[in-house]
Amino acid sequence: MTDRQLAVRMRGITKVFAGKVVANKDVDLDIYRGEVLALLGENGSGKTTLMNMLSGIYFPDSGHIEIDGKPVVIASPKDAFDHGIGMIHQHFKLVNVFTAAENIVLGLKEEGRLDLAKAAERIRQICDTYGFDVDPNQKVYDMSVSQKQTVEIVKLLYRGADILILDEPTAVLTPQETDKLFAVLRNMRDDGKAIIIITHKLNEVKELSDRVVVLRKGENVGEMITAESTTQEMTNMMVGRQVTLNIDRPPVEMDYRMERIRVKNLTVKNHDGIVKLDDVSFTAYTGEILGIAGISGSGQKELLEAIAGLQPVESGSIEYVVDATGEKEEVEQLIGMDPIKIAQMGVVLSFVPEDRLGMGLVADMDLTDNMMLRSFRDGASPFTDRKAPRHLAELVVDELEVNTPGVSTPVRRLSGGNVQKVLVGREIAAAPTVLLSAYAVRGLDVNSSYLIYDLLNRQKGNGVAVVYVGEDLDVLLELCDRILVLCGGKVSGVVDGRTTNKNEVGLMMTKLGGGEA
Amino acid sequence: MIHITKRKEMPLWQSLSVRLGAILVAIVVCGFITTITTGLNPISVYATMFKGAFGTPRKIWILLQEIAILLCVALALTPAFRMKFWNLGGEGQILAGSLASAACMICLGGKLPNALLILLMLVCSLVAGAVWAGIPAVAKARWNTNETLFTLMMNYVATQLVAYFVIVWEVPKGSGNIGIINQATEAGWLPQIAGFKYLLNILLVAVLTVVMHLYLSYSKHGYEISVVGESTNTARYVGIKVDRVIVRTLLLSGAVCGFAGFLLVAGTNHTLTTTIAGGRGFTAVMVAWLAKFNPLVMIASSFLLVFMDSGAGEISTAYGLNHSFGDILTGIILFFIIGCEFFIAYQVHFDKKEGGHDA
Repeated sequence: MTDRQLAVRMRGITKVFAGKVVANKDVDLDIYRGEVLALLGENGSGKTTLMNMLSGIYFPDSGHIEIDGKPVVIASPKDAFDHGIGMIHQHFKLVNVFTAAENIVLGLKEEGRLDLAKAAERIRQICDTYGFDVDPNQKVYDMSVSQKQTVEIVKLLYRGADILILDEPTAVLTPQETDKLFAVLRNMRDDGKAIIIITHKLNEVKELSDRVVVLRKGENVGEMITAESTTQEMTNMMVGRQVTLNIDRPPVEMDYRMERIRVKNLTVKNHDGIVKLDDVSFTAYTGEILGIAGISGSGQKELLEAIAGLQPVESGSIEYVVDATGEKEEVEQLIGMDPIKIAQMGVVLSFVPEDRLGMGLVADMDLTDNMMLRSFRDGASPFTDRKAPRHLAELVVDELEVNTPGVSTPVRRLSGGNVQKVLVGREIAAAPTVLLSAYAVRGLDVNSSYLIYDLLNRQKGNGVAVVYVGEDLDVLLELCDRILVLCGGKVSGVVDGRTTNKNEVGLMMTKLGGGEA
Repeated sequence: MIHITKRKEMPLWQSLSVRLGAILVAIVVCGFITTITTGLNPISVYATMFKGAFGTPRKIWILLQEIAILLCVALALTPAFRMKFWNLGGEGQILAGSLASAACMICLGGKLPNALLILLMLVCSLVAGAVWAGIPAVAKARWNTNETLFTLMMNYVATQLVAYFVIVWEVPKGSGNIGIINQATEAGWLPQIAGFKYLLNILLVAVLTVVMHLYLSYSKHGYEISVVGESTNTARYVGIKVDRVIVRTLLLSGAVCGFAGFLLVAGTNHTLTTTIAGGRGFTAVMVAWLAKFNPLVMIASSFLLVFMDSGAGEISTAYGLNHSFGDILTGIILFFIIGCEFFIAYQVHFDKKEGGHDA
């Protein structure tokens, strides 16, 4: 570690938004070549803002940046590029109808005519050096998420970037893809590149990084050598106090357990006629959390929306078991119903959709009006009653510790975790019998995540059938009683959350077949 | 270096003073332009504008009446706009309403008691306006057609339709004009209150303003409109029938435009021409946007636009200037009013030290 070469030196970086919100305060940060630096912190701790200033998207209010010992001004992404800094954002910026090679050379101002064959040759060279797997002639729309990400990385390398920033790169990857990504990142590090990953997944920090810098409330609160620290220490520094890292999984009360949602041979096509769910069958029970695992886009969204009455169905049945204790089982068919009809049947079905602000909430409305979304029809008056929703909003703010100036604040002003609390709070307040949740903790920090797990467990304890679509396998394995694994719209198996392991589920996510529970 | 950042939120008094400042700056700039281009004293030009709008009681009444009609059209467009349905067909919907009213007056004048006739005119105008807006709404709800183009094109259809009926009903034949309808009997004319010709129009629009405000901000329908406007996905998620809300809201929007047409024919002009809407369907778009779709603020924005327009007319006659000169001044003032919104939403920093090396 003695011959470490300093790549970037940031000193006293401060960024204040809208004259009030301090995103970064007097942050010092050193980045070395030949090192993977993990930038760790809760939501809103200023990780992405800090890196956006390095990559030219934001401009610091004060402070200075040196690259290779020389003071520089980074006022635009182009400036950043000229200094060899490249950032890979959570949302890829690729042109779908172009090939990998075309995307990579897009926007480059090279002398002479465009020579795609030569570009492809150089791309292959880069791929060979680091172990990437990219076909320069493949169109982007044919690529998986992980392939697109690879193209983004190669694009930066092609342009000569040697300081790479990755913003939550594993959020969209399977465990196997993550391993592959980490392997190439290590190769790049060994080649002398400086790599920064922004993340809040501790096990990945542990696995990949050499050094960790923790941000809290916009300030650099300390750094540690990964090999010499534990995830518990990292969490404590991140949160600022002692926290427990275990997710509770109370046992299922088998005596009271009964079938609640029975899905049989469900087939769903999307707008373009592509089959998104293919002959899916499963049962969700009361008082248990059924996890749904799968690579993103394997039909999770369609599955939940079909149950919630938002997705037209090709064939199959979705039964809601009203009561199975009597002589004869009482069953309601949910197919062909819209959310109103489902509610009118007396089925209290709550749904926390993946797209919180685009589907679950109205971004421009305040907390009160958002609480009203489910209940505004109540009463015979043609006018809305805002008293009860305001009450509910105050209750949710109070109980879930939502950080907001008040119940009249538009939800778009809240941070991701608080938005999710508002949404989950409203959905749980309806006292549901079925709770569907998609990526309930996506983008949430440790504290908020644990609060959500706790809420889900409480619902489970109340006998609610909870369906939890998740992407973090570690969480699925710790939280869920059973895990249904989807692969390309088909069920590749249902496993017991208590006995299975990450490898088994990961394999099932990528190919069909596997255990039954 | 210049950096532009988004502001959090400006206190009301501050944003109001920015807007007021923008108007003042605009007036000063207009003054310079006036002096440079015409050599006139800007103060006297402004005085003339003021006189044009408020000079005589009659001018004040005309001003108020113009505000009322423009406000009525803006109120009509607002529910659609809040739903992000860009109804640019106000012009056609007004014409449809005017045509229906005029048809009732011409065909049934004298055959029905006056109260019944007026009621029938009202109903027909509402229905005609609603149908005119309903057609693009249904197409949007069913086939997701582009509402901007569709409503815009419906304007031309309405103009041609009115042109046709003007020929059918022209008096005398060959004149190409209908002239004042039922001049002798005043059948279908809105009654004058306390001898003021336009007072009823103004009162009706005042009531409509309050009703529309309540409807949009406090009714369940208004809430549904807002949700659909923000996100159709969220609307579907909570079981709002998006198609139905689109059609229902546009029927309302068209009906209120039709009502404006009714007021124009029965209350103001007592005749029908192809230009009876007078571009209000488009001016109202600006009124609604300037007020950020708030019916109460629209009173102010419609006043501003009508005042500017009547003032522009007055200076062109008083100084023998082209009417376009008044339009130039209106344009400058609107530029500043709309432009100042940028400074309310964003903050501009001028960084003197290169690169902000101030640590």
